[in-house]
Amino acid sequence: MFSIELKMAWRNIWRNTRRTVLTTGAICFACVLLIFMLSFQFGSYATMINASVKIHTGHLQVQAVGYHEKKRMRMVVPNPSYIASIIDAIDKVSAFTYRANAFSLVSSENRTYGALVLGIDPKGEAEVSTLKQTTFAGGYFPDTPDDQDLVPALVGRLLAGNLGVSVGSELTIMGQGRDGSMAATVAKVIGIYKSGLDDFDRNTVQIPLKRFQEIYAMDRAVHEVVIIGDTLKAIPGIKSAVMAGISEKYPDADLAVLDWEALVPGLRQAISMDLIMGVIMYLILVIVVAFSILNTFLMAIFERTHEFGVLMAIGTKPGRLTKVLVAESAMLTLMGILSGMIAGALITLYFQSNGIDLSGSSDLLSQYGISGNIYPRLSMFTLVAGPAAVFIITILSALYPALKIRRMKPLEAMSHV
Amino acid sequence: MDITIAWRNIWRNPRRTAVILIAVVIGIWSMVFMGALMRGVEVGMIDNGISTLTGDLQVHSRNYRNDPIVENSIREPELVHAALSKVLPPGAHSAFRVRLNAVAGNARHSAGVTLVGIDASAEKAVSFIGDAVTDGEYLSESDANGILVGQELLETFDTRLGRKIILMAQDADGEIASKAFRIKGIFQAEMKATEKQFVFVSGSAARKMLKMGNQVSEVCVALPGHRNSEAVVADLRRELGTGGEFEVNTWRELLPVLNAYLEMSNSFIFIWYVVMFVAMGFGLTNTTLMAVFERMREFGLLKALGMRPARIIRQVLIESSIILMIGMVIGNLLGILSVLLLSNTGIDLSDLAAGVEYAGMSRMIYPVLLESDILVSNLVVFVLGALVSLYPASKAARFTPIQAMAQT
Repeated sequence: MFSIELKMAWRNIWRNTRRTVLTTGAICFACVLLIFMLSFQFGSYATMINASVKIHTGHLQVQAVGYHEKKRMRMVVPNPSYIASIIDAIDKVSAFTYRANAFSLVSSENRTYGALVLGIDPKGEAEVSTLKQTTFAGGYFPDTPDDQDLVPALVGRLLAGNLGVSVGSELTIMGQGRDGSMAATVAKVIGIYKSGLDDFDRNTVQIPLKRFQEIYAMDRAVHEVVIIGDTLKAIPGIKSAVMAGISEKYPDADLAVLDWEALVPGLRQAISMDLIMGVIMYLILVIVVAFSILNTFLMAIFERTHEFGVLMAIGTKPGRLTKVLVAESAMLTLMGILSGMIAGALITLYFQSNGIDLSGSSDLLSQYGISGNIYPRLSMFTLVAGPAAVFIITILSALYPALKIRRMKPLEAMSHV
Repeated sequence: MDITIAWRNIWRNPRRTAVILIAVVIGIWSMVFMGALMRGVEVGMIDNGISTLTGDLQVHSRNYRNDPIVENSIREPELVHAALSKVLPPGAHSAFRVRLNAVAGNARHSAGVTLVGIDASAEKAVSFIGDAVTDGEYLSESDANGILVGQELLETFDTRLGRKIILMAQDADGEIASKAFRIKGIFQAEMKATEKQFVFVSGSAARKMLKMGNQVSEVCVALPGHRNSEAVVADLRRELGTGGEFEVNTWRELLPVLNAYLEMSNSFIFIWYVVMFVAMGFGLTNTTLMAVFERMREFGLLKALGMRPARIIRQVLIESSIILMIGMVIGNLLGILSVLLLSNTGIDLSDLAAGVEYAGMSRMIYPVLLESDILVSNLVVFVLGALVSLYPASKAARFTPIQAMAQT
């Protein structure tokens, strides 16, 4: 069934059980570590991206060209319902909403701060961002707004503290409308939110979009159409579909479609930096492991020099011996890699379903939009990439002794003790 | 004598020793070098944090940090002055500032900013702004209407040097005070967020605008070499009275997120040490095991001649310790050498500027060697290395003479 070489190789590696176990152990350790760490990294990237876009930015935004850099009041999406009809026709969009922003002076009874006033669509916003879940004091905007009342407002936690307001307090909002006119209103705090991003909680007030449009003379215009896709992978497809839709139906519109990489440019780069650092460390680890086990491969030859001499003297071709030796190293490596892949996958899957609790550093992580547990994510790539690197490097280190045998002379070898 | 024997034993098989040495050397090198790089990232972040107005420690009036408004200013800065002159070590610098939220505006744009009123010459020694002005001029001592703004703010406001910017903030009477300033200088900072957030005017102009008399919002202290902030803070607290009007904090308390990062980075470095050790530990055990088993006859003979097992264990341990020590010496030297080579040029991450800023790092990374890191990494390797060699050593000690000498 098996060739004689494979049989010999299998028996040879079990001539020294201890050594075989230690060698496969080293390979197994490297594989487990690489599989787990890569899954952990990719899992936390996905968490980071999704968490940070869901606080506010969204996966995609449609804005007037230049609005992202300049944030001018007059750079608007004039007819958001046109964009909505385009988005409605695209699959894989899980939700979208409209927003408008204006920097304004916000005053309580005796304090005044500058803050960004956001006009949001209460229903759409609840599906796009975490605003509704993170409103901890008071409540979210009611489903049926009462137009006669004071403008209801949600205030960020830190801004509320600075202004000295709580639920039920009144705020005066003063700013400039889209047409340059004076915009002013009195709002009533109905809720306070804690998004997790201190900057956001220190600088924002949110009111219903309809009231915003009246106060700031926006007409029907908004500043951003915010889109959330089903998955991260679907984003490029949605982006090009939205772009195609706009240029087909409204070729004159001065609109840009920005994805999360453009909206939060640091995030992508921070991730690649982390990944590069990781890859460098893994490479060093694999190289150290390779040298760690190179001795096993070397010894496998040198302590059997005499034996090889005898085999050659009775007619075994050096090529055949090389085959046996390569088979031995391949078996050792494969055993290590297989056990490593199984153990690594099991450990990763365990944490994938249970999560890793990093609450000790939650202050730090919440600044990157991560709250609570991190879930590693096992994928074909994270399962195979590490072990493949280990396999290539160990086979390379096994090849050196195996090739050496070709230059062995039977007589000299036999005289070796 | 033991050492001589061990030394000769090691070199009975130079190839094997060389291979395991290479594993140990690369392992140690990576511990030293990667550790130094991670420390470099930390130092960059700390320097950044400290020089962006935080300093090594700050004194505020008790409620200011929760509620940074004019009413919570330090009413008697002379008291702080007196305490500082008693407590501060030579070479330390201090700066008294006004620091309040304000709204900056011009005809085109308005935005929330932090208004910082500084004592121009004292501030130079404490924070980044002293040599951050890249265009125009730094403030003079009692500049009545000059203002320094960041490059980023300048661009969003579509304005330029010499133009006016109007600042609005609540004054000591609770009224909105506003005053026009003329852009005297433009500064650049490590982070774009800094360029957007802070505007600087002279302390006297700020106090006059906000009717603050001689009050200040915060006192910032820079210590020589950024050391001993805890001790100085303790002294200052005693001097200023606890539970009283003042609050004194180190940068660690002022920048909790940075502090959390430093703690995480610390444990990460240690985990890296252990992982690298395990990777070479397998090789070390295996190599020692081989060295022991091929000398089974020899050990049996020694035992037959009356050598005690403890002595054999010692012999094997000395051998692996020598290998470890050679590896440690070469690895450390290579590590230190590569750190030195990089310490002038550094690693330039400007191509990833946005990511660097997102992660709160600085654009240039200069590796930093800490004695404690070198000590810990070598200790980890040596202690654990000796520990895993105990296994083959005890094997060697347990060979019985008869069993061993029957082996060919």
